[in-house]
Amino acid sequence: MSDTRRISLTVNSEPFVGEAETRTHLGDFLRQEAGLTGTHLGCEHGVCGACTVVVDDEAVRSCLMLAVQADGSSVTTIEGLADGAELSPVQRAFQDHHGLQCGFCTPGMVMSLTAYLEENPSPDEAEIREAISGNICRCTGYQGIVAAGLQAAAEMRGERS
Amino acid sequence: MTRYVGTNVVRTEDPRLLTGNGRYVDDIVLPDMLHAAFVRADHAHAKINGIDAEFARTMPGVHAVYLLDDLGEPYSGKVLSQPYPSAAFKQDIRAYPLAKDEVCFVGDPIAIVVADSRYLAEDAAALVQVDYEPLPASVDCRTALDADAPIAHVGSPDNHVATLGVAFGDIEDAFGDAPNILSETFLQHRGGCHSMECRGVLAVEDPHDGGLLTVYSSTQAPYLVKATLANYLELDDARVRVIAPDVGGGFGPKGGVYPEEVVVPIAARLLGRPVKWIEDRREHFISLNQQGDQLWSLDVAADDDGKIRGVRGRIINDNGAYTNYGLVLPITSLFPLPGPYAIPAVDITLDSVFTNTPSKSPVRGAGRPNVAYAMERMIEAVARHLNLDTTVVRARNFVRTDQFPYEPGHKTAGGDAVSYDSGDFHACLDKVKELSDYDSFRERQAVARAAGKYLGIGVSSYIEDTGMGPYEGATVRVQPSGNVQVLTGTASQGQGHATVFSQVVADELGVDIENVVFQAADTAQFPLGVGTVASRTVVAASTAIYNASVAVREKAISLAADVLEAAEEDLELVGGSVSVKGSPGASVTLGELATKLRPFNTMVVPKGFEPGLEATSYNVTHGPPTASGSHIAEVEVDIETGEVSMLRYSVAHDCGRMLNPKLVDGQILGGVVHGLGNALFERMHYDESGQPLSVNYGEYFLPLAAEMPPIAIVHHESPSPLNPLGVKGAGEGGTMPAANAIVSAIENALEPFGVIVNDYPVDPERICDLLDEAEANALT
Repeated sequence: MSDTRRISLTVNSEPFVGEAETRTHLGDFLRQEAGLTGTHLGCEHGVCGACTVVVDDEAVRSCLMLAVQADGSSVTTIEGLADGAELSPVQRAFQDHHGLQCGFCTPGMVMSLTAYLEENPSPDEAEIREAISGNICRCTGYQGIVAAGLQAAAEMRGERS
Repeated sequence: MTRYVGTNVVRTEDPRLLTGNGRYVDDIVLPDMLHAAFVRADHAHAKINGIDAEFARTMPGVHAVYLLDDLGEPYSGKVLSQPYPSAAFKQDIRAYPLAKDEVCFVGDPIAIVVADSRYLAEDAAALVQVDYEPLPASVDCRTALDADAPIAHVGSPDNHVATLGVAFGDIEDAFGDAPNILSETFLQHRGGCHSMECRGVLAVEDPHDGGLLTVYSSTQAPYLVKATLANYLELDDARVRVIAPDVGGGFGPKGGVYPEEVVVPIAARLLGRPVKWIEDRREHFISLNQQGDQLWSLDVAADDDGKIRGVRGRIINDNGAYTNYGLVLPITSLFPLPGPYAIPAVDITLDSVFTNTPSKSPVRGAGRPNVAYAMERMIEAVARHLNLDTTVVRARNFVRTDQFPYEPGHKTAGGDAVSYDSGDFHACLDKVKELSDYDSFRERQAVARAAGKYLGIGVSSYIEDTGMGPYEGATVRVQPSGNVQVLTGTASQGQGHATVFSQVVADELGVDIENVVFQAADTAQFPLGVGTVASRTVVAASTAIYNASVAVREKAISLAADVLEAAEEDLELVGGSVSVKGSPGASVTLGELATKLRPFNTMVVPKGFEPGLEATSYNVTHGPPTASGSHIAEVEVDIETGEVSMLRYSVAHDCGRMLNPKLVDGQILGGVVHGLGNALFERMHYDESGQPLSVNYGEYFLPLAAEMPPIAIVHHESPSPLNPLGVKGAGEGGTMPAANAIVSAIENALEPFGVIVNDYPVDPERICDLLDEAEANALT
């Protein structure tokens, strides 16, 4: 009964071809077919944001997008941000500001903020809070994440703190 | 000498977690692994007349559908083991691993379906037909003991789980001629777990050589899971290994043992293949333990100056459907009384009752936030009645520094006298008043009111008994490489154990933190452990790790004295080497010493030494280090919409000596926001038949970043005299006073209308209702 399609996409700058059952969402496809388990599934109904990945420069909840819809797209996951051992500015800022505890919401948070800072390089605190309000964190109380967002933005603008 | 302890060491865990290299249960893939889904009850209470799983069994990719009888003997006739036996149970009604002939809450597991993928398992689960005969459901704990209440379990005489109490002092005398006696009743609801990672279990049995069952579980308590599982499966402890890999948040409910943790391993054994089950979010809402309702009805007796003479009353505690978490929640709702206050007499009884809702268990703080709320409500009532500032009433009743150790007069469940070891409650209150500009608030409030805005301020104080026993242990072992391996049982759910415990070891053994290899939460690596609950781990485990490190240090120095032919007192351990003071050339590295202590064949063990540069230490805890603090919330209430805006939040916190202040702040911030969620947002709704009405994040609101106030923290360090590092737990204190701080701030904002909130969570609709009631009362 399974109805599958062969899809081709770019994942973290590398071409990837896989078989996707038509009902499989992008999050499961990335985790199970591409083996990229850094993308986490927290609610599977599009609210918690843990599964956020970047598809063609847009932050997307991978539990709400079918894998077949990503055919031909360019997808960036948490595994695609660091340059070897060198963390991205957002990742580094999360460590500096204790913006993560259990780490489960973290990949989605980092991806949301990464996409947002591309769009708005000079956010204020309220804007960052708004930008991550589609991502739920139960551990941190958000304050460290907000501080991380501000630091990363400053760093990406070329202002070293 | 400390190089790391007390400093903001960045977490060693982070690079892994930030790059997608965490390893949670669902990330683990084993060869030939199958996937499970559960069939769960659609009714809160029903008799099962029949189950038809035949069609589901024929579905493509389905390997098995097991009902209770299919699990085989002895399991089909055996309820789950009780991890927390108690003589106080009037009825200890535990679940079968799968429903026998009755379901007792929506979500009660009935069958497990195992298939090639989770998608296929869920397809088949939807096709299992259950013939239910609905029964009346006990839904509201407040009326569950009424004579005409529906009974939660067929065959039970009533819904009574247990009655517990706290009584000390002369309560008759306290109330006898008291000039002020006040009464308050309030319903506390504390919602659910909502760790961002749902539960997950992966089980595999290696049948060779007598068998070894390995279970990966997203749990706070791998040793409790192991003990309960071995007991239930009737396996020797040596045949069961439980591992908690990265766990995406715990918050209490993951400290229990669940039917799925038993059924998935049984399925794996029956099928001879690894079986994985990952809880989905709806299951998290309906089948995971929650904290639920408590109804408190209290009287307080006070003198005219606000000094409290006594508190008496009754609590009704919603136990939910089964008793698989023992009486932990009722117990923790009693012994923290009377909070930070020196109250001479207390007499409070708790009745725990069955309802046809998910079983109840601790959520961040267990019963302690409820106790804190209750005592703060008494303070608020007294202050309001006597027209005193609430901080004055608090300060008048606080235990003073010259009273430590302070024993209120009752005992813990373990039989020890309840005792507060240390703290300075007055200092914390003063500090938070300063931090929040409390003294100038009335002016700000007056200006705002003149502009038609309703600002309010709320104060809340608490204590937290931390570091609960009974024990935790650790092995510290220097490797020939010079690295130091640390093994302990305690599982982390994000608290930063690897970092904090490595700080302790690195300081004690004079090595770089990068040279500490921390491994935990695998029952095959370290033999005994308890679990990460009740803000206990920093006390229980870091003490064991510290003591083991000291023993290793002493052994290293002693051996080095032989090697270097020097007196021990002339040696120092710095930079991973033991050297003769003043003669840096005369030195031996820890790695060299470790190598000498693990010789092969023709070599010898140095005379007078046991092999291995290592030590194992267990820390047995008696008496909890007492953390404490005070919070102040400032809010604005929109009297048209009932919306509460949290403007600022201030915390003064005393958890003794802080090993890593930044991580302590992280615990406080997360805890406060959890408490703010309890105060304003988080409610599990059930209809009168026991159907849950809030089963996704559109219906159940968790705190989001945009709604949270800036939170400022000031620390006060009263080191605990009960352990060598002077530490106290910090995991839950942030949550405890938050609900009262917010509720009191709302009441303060609405003071002109005489609104008393009392119940929480309080949503905009209820604030509007309270304002309407107040208006109606004013007119009559």
